[in-house]
Amino acid sequence: MAAPVKVERYTRTSRIALPVAAVIVIAAATVPAWGSSALMKQSVTFLTLVALAQMWNLLAGYAGLVSVGQQAYVGIGAYTLWVFAEKFGVNPFLCVPIAGLVAAAFSVPTAGLAFRLRGGYFAVGTWVIAEVYRLLITQISWLGGGSGVSINSAGKIERATREAVVYWWALGVAIGAIVLVYLLLRSRRGLALTAIRDDETGARGLGVNVFRSKLWVYIIAAFGTGMTGAVIYLNLLRAQPEAAFSLQWSALMIFAVVIGGLGTIEGPIVGAVIFFALQQFLAGYGTWYLILIGVLAAGVVVFAQRGLWGSIVRRWPIDLFPVRRRLCLETVCFLEESPRQSAEEPGRLTAGGLAPPEEPPAD
Amino acid sequence: MVWANDIIQGILLGGLYALFAAGLALVFGVMKLVNLAHGDFGILAAYISLVLVGMLNINPFYTLILVMIIMAVFGYLIQRGLFNFAMDAGPMQAILATFGIAIIIQNLLLEGFTANSKGLDAGRIENEFIRISGQVVIGWFPLITLLTSVVVLFSLQLFLGRTRMGRAFRATADNQRAAQLMGIDNRHLYGMAMALALAVVAIGGVFIGIRTTFTPSAGPFRLIFAYEAVIIGGLGSLWGTLVGGIVLGIAQVLGDHIHQGWGMLAGHLVFLAILAFRPQGLFAKQVQ
Repeated sequence: MAAPVKVERYTRTSRIALPVAAVIVIAAATVPAWGSSALMKQSVTFLTLVALAQMWNLLAGYAGLVSVGQQAYVGIGAYTLWVFAEKFGVNPFLCVPIAGLVAAAFSVPTAGLAFRLRGGYFAVGTWVIAEVYRLLITQISWLGGGSGVSINSAGKIERATREAVVYWWALGVAIGAIVLVYLLLRSRRGLALTAIRDDETGARGLGVNVFRSKLWVYIIAAFGTGMTGAVIYLNLLRAQPEAAFSLQWSALMIFAVVIGGLGTIEGPIVGAVIFFALQQFLAGYGTWYLILIGVLAAGVVVFAQRGLWGSIVRRWPIDLFPVRRRLCLETVCFLEESPRQSAEEPGRLTAGGLAPPEEPPAD
Repeated sequence: MVWANDIIQGILLGGLYALFAAGLALVFGVMKLVNLAHGDFGILAAYISLVLVGMLNINPFYTLILVMIIMAVFGYLIQRGLFNFAMDAGPMQAILATFGIAIIIQNLLLEGFTANSKGLDAGRIENEFIRISGQVVIGWFPLITLLTSVVVLFSLQLFLGRTRMGRAFRATADNQRAAQLMGIDNRHLYGMAMALALAVVAIGGVFIGIRTTFTPSAGPFRLIFAYEAVIIGGLGSLWGTLVGGIVLGIAQVLGDHIHQGWGMLAGHLVFLAILAFRPQGLFAKQVQ
């Protein structure tokens, strides 16, 4: 009889992590009951950063789509919120999911153009399209033009209620983004994405529809970024095209992901914590925090590509969000080869069977 | 005649865009790197010129050589000190490293020079013009810019076609590994390519500073225009960057003529139309 073989994904740490995470989420949800107004505003900034970083990581870390134009969806989210709340009289809190859907709708034609470009040209292409959206809004006086818009209907809601609901939305998009990425990666499509990340040609050879997989990821990321944009502007209450479509949003998400660790779920969370901590710590020194974070990110991307979380995992095998499959024979489990490891070293022979070349015989 | 004037102004503007696009195309051609900090390097050059003008009290034109040398050295060092390692790590890492540098330069300039707009004063030449007819006027400075870009592109072509190092550039562009086997030190070569690209963009930066005002956040726009010129002209074509720049320039001037503020949008829309209907650009791959 064959030995009982099964495929496992949960690890010991992940079994502990799940209830711990549940406790943290429940505790975090109670903040409006006891936290100060300032704490909640800060938390919204942090939580939306986590959500943005998760969405960007999904794009770049899993689909290999380095976009520097995701600010398009932050801006579209902000303006969708304004249009539906102010022009159509929808409850501003209900505009958040609408903002996600509108952003997703805009992402389809955007992808149609941007997907014609590869690598770095894709990056700048997405950026140009974000600029087009910004310029269009600046030119349309119905959308407030260049001077921007105020979300008055949200401002009229009683402050305590508004702050609490905005906070819950921020918590919702942060947790939602993490859960969404986690579930997506564990699904069939997630397996296809992991294959694409490791070897696009190989994945195509195995029957993965690379274009469709990437398109799905792009649309999902736009949806999440759009919702988050709406939450950010529910917090700020005033949107200008310059700020809503600013490249700074891309800098935020990219730096957080790169510092934390590209291609992991934990990485963007760690990166967001570091980004936020530096931002708060250096709040009195202008934009020096951004310079410091930029230096850190450029250093990490070159000299520690797995980011901080990757460096931690290399030392201690922690897997809080297990998306990899392990083959278990009775009690022993084999982890599949870490995909990032092989992706890092293209073209290098790793087969163990190759013997070192023999020394030429001496004369 | 008003339209003729617009088209002439657009052509002249295209020369300025080509000065930014040439370096971008060169770096991509040689090392397949899209340098997201390219526009910021140009603006950095404008600020260096500003400092030199303040220190030496001379016309910004005379700072040009010095700024080009400073930017070339800077380009060589940043390529060998950072971008080469980033390219070893992977193409995505390389893009992200240039993005990091872009944000760092923007914010360092912001800290050093505030967000107020600055300009370089080149004196009388800025206002001199040739009147062709009642409505067609050619400014001397835009004309000098266009001629400079033609000279720069011609020199680059001669360099790539006729010199030993130019041959090494083309060999590496064709097949980096094979070139390396032929004894070409690609790390040094990449450094030289970046040095050359930044020397060219330094001219663009100083000219921008003379033509108009600039702020620390002006770099991204320069990058976007340069990039659009490269894509419109056709990837890998050196003269294509000038044609792309001219197409973009005409679109912007005409757009602004039709409706104040539509210029940039018109430029982007032409770019998107090219992307949709002729993604290989107006010129197919020629030089590299």
